[in-house]
Amino acid sequence: MTRAFGALLKRDLTLVARTPGDYTTPVIFFVVCTTLFSFVAGKDIAVLKSIGPGVIWVSALLASMLSLEGLFRSDYEDGTLEQILTAPAPLPLMVLAKAFAHWISAGVPLLLISPILGILMNLDSHSTTILVVTIAISTPTFSLIGIFGAALVISQKKAGMLLSLLTLPLCVPILIFSVSAVSAAADQLPISGHLMLLGAFFVFTLTLSPFGTAGALRIMLSN
Amino acid sequence: MLQINNLAGTRGERLLFKNLSFAVNGGELLLIKGRNGAGKTSLLRLICGLATPETGEILWDGESIANIRSEYFRSLVFVGHDNGVNLDLTVQENLHFHQAIKGNPSAHSIPEVLERLGISRYLKVPCRFLSAGQKRRVALGRLAISDARLWLLDEPFTSLDERALDAVKNLIIQHLDQGRLCLATSHQTIDWRDSKVNQIRLGEVS
Amino acid sequence: MWLWFHKLSTARHFYALATRLTPWLGWLTGLTIALGLYLGLVVAPIDYQQKDAYRIMFVHVPSAWMSMMIYTMMAVSGAIGLIWRIKLAHVACTAAATIGASFTLITLVTGSIWGKPMWGAWWAWDARLTSELILLFLYLGFIALESAIPDRTKGQKAGAILLLAGVVNIPIIHYSVLWWHTLHQTASVSKFGIPSIHISMLTPLLVMTVGFMLLFLTILALRMRAMILETEYQSKWLRQLEESG
Repeated sequence: MTRAFGALLKRDLTLVARTPGDYTTPVIFFVVCTTLFSFVAGKDIAVLKSIGPGVIWVSALLASMLSLEGLFRSDYEDGTLEQILTAPAPLPLMVLAKAFAHWISAGVPLLLISPILGILMNLDSHSTTILVVTIAISTPTFSLIGIFGAALVISQKKAGMLLSLLTLPLCVPILIFSVSAVSAAADQLPISGHLMLLGAFFVFTLTLSPFGTAGALRIMLSN
Repeated sequence: MLQINNLAGTRGERLLFKNLSFAVNGGELLLIKGRNGAGKTSLLRLICGLATPETGEILWDGESIANIRSEYFRSLVFVGHDNGVNLDLTVQENLHFHQAIKGNPSAHSIPEVLERLGISRYLKVPCRFLSAGQKRRVALGRLAISDARLWLLDEPFTSLDERALDAVKNLIIQHLDQGRLCLATSHQTIDWRDSKVNQIRLGEVS
Repeated sequence: MWLWFHKLSTARHFYALATRLTPWLGWLTGLTIALGLYLGLVVAPIDYQQKDAYRIMFVHVPSAWMSMMIYTMMAVSGAIGLIWRIKLAHVACTAAATIGASFTLITLVTGSIWGKPMWGAWWAWDARLTSELILLFLYLGFIALESAIPDRTKGQKAGAILLLAGVVNIPIIHYSVLWWHTLHQTASVSKFGIPSIHISMLTPLLVMTVGFMLLFLTILALRMRAMILETEYQSKWLRQLEESG
């Protein structure tokens, strides 16, 4: 069982390593999207500072979701998914392996680049640290919510828009608590409550998403 | 060993077949015949557990496959229309992955199986560079690398040349000789030597 | 009881029942809503603070309740469809989705119209309205997903799973938005609700709610009938029914 998990994880990471676009594009998108907002804010540092956490967060969210669109694409088209579905290992576990691989390939690069964006947005060092912490807790949640959406839109050729429509509303709570954690940090307010809630969202999604996704996959591949 | 009772199959809203019952015992090959669109692939997808039947049941060693899913999946290998071969992975990586997720490797090593199928030269070659027939052979290689009693094959001989066809045929015959089961859809007429072969024909339901 | 329910869950019996009931439901709906409007617009006293503007509440509040009730009903029905494999339950989800989305839209529009004299702005990111807006997104997501999958049965099952994910998330989203709202806005504008309500205002509100519920049931029955016609147009029982009546 763990062998199957490891095999799928290793395979997905090998594939990502062979197609560098998979991990570089989300990062570039993240940076470009954040940069665009600075033009909206003008050169007013105060405005930039106040909208900074939100901007970075929305960009990170969009980058995560857009990178998820193709998560099942090749496996669905070449029949590998049928094989995974007819393998003895529990399907939710396999889903978890795929979500984990996605987080390593798309979430971690976002995490690594986010301090630079914090500096660009003139966040102080404490807020930047909190920004990185919230992104670290929440990108796995995004991967888990997104993989559920990706399973539902699996048969669509151009699924990006639909996937976003399905998953973004579900991400609202994470966005709210992450952004206010960073804002609260900037105001020297306590933030442990926010982080705990974000952690709770992660655990909640971690328990439900694999089963929902497995159910969705079984339905989508049923004929 | 594999028992089908009163099975009905649909595609979308359309009924393909109903009241289908048959059994396949150890050492038997069942050929599923029928014109295009008769529901051969749908039947195989039902039997391999990808689709759930609306009516009827599928029993494996007397147990409904819905109740022993994990165990049942361990004892079958399914080769469908799509090869399940990732183009960016090498032949070895592909087969290794499939062997690992099945979790019951057979006595035959991957190079050995590829040798029999005549593609051992491509072990380290990404599947993107293989021809359609070679990719099909990689997919069929999955049969021999896992220790599974039930083989479910959907048009296994598509785009194979004569030598490859022969090799696959021998694989199947050897599998049957061990007292194991095979279900296949196929348009080719093949000499199965002295193996026990049954046929069912779909598309003749009123 | 169970047997009756089971019989009803077949398209054929539902179709017959719906055909018989819809005219009655329709008349009842019309009468109830007319009564509710009379009570609300004529009988109910003027509000000393909000003057006549508050009367939009008699449309706004019932629609808001309906929008949430319909989504929950859809999730329950979707779960029933998935677990017991009842096709009609999925049909009910599909038929209810646009009605629910419409009620949500009505809530948003009337809320916005009400907000103009109250807050001086059409939209003030009030917590309830914001949650309602997200509910609209959830409805739209369901409709978009179902229409994007060509195989109807598959689309309905996928939609049902999405509904379940939505329904566990709705409370979380709602409370997050509430919390976000209290953090960001002064409390004065959040007095949007109806903390204590006089009986003369409560009666029309309840009558309107019953009216809207009947309206929902009527449209639902009509739409489900239309959908059954669409999928079962080949079946024998339908042709027999048409010939006899």
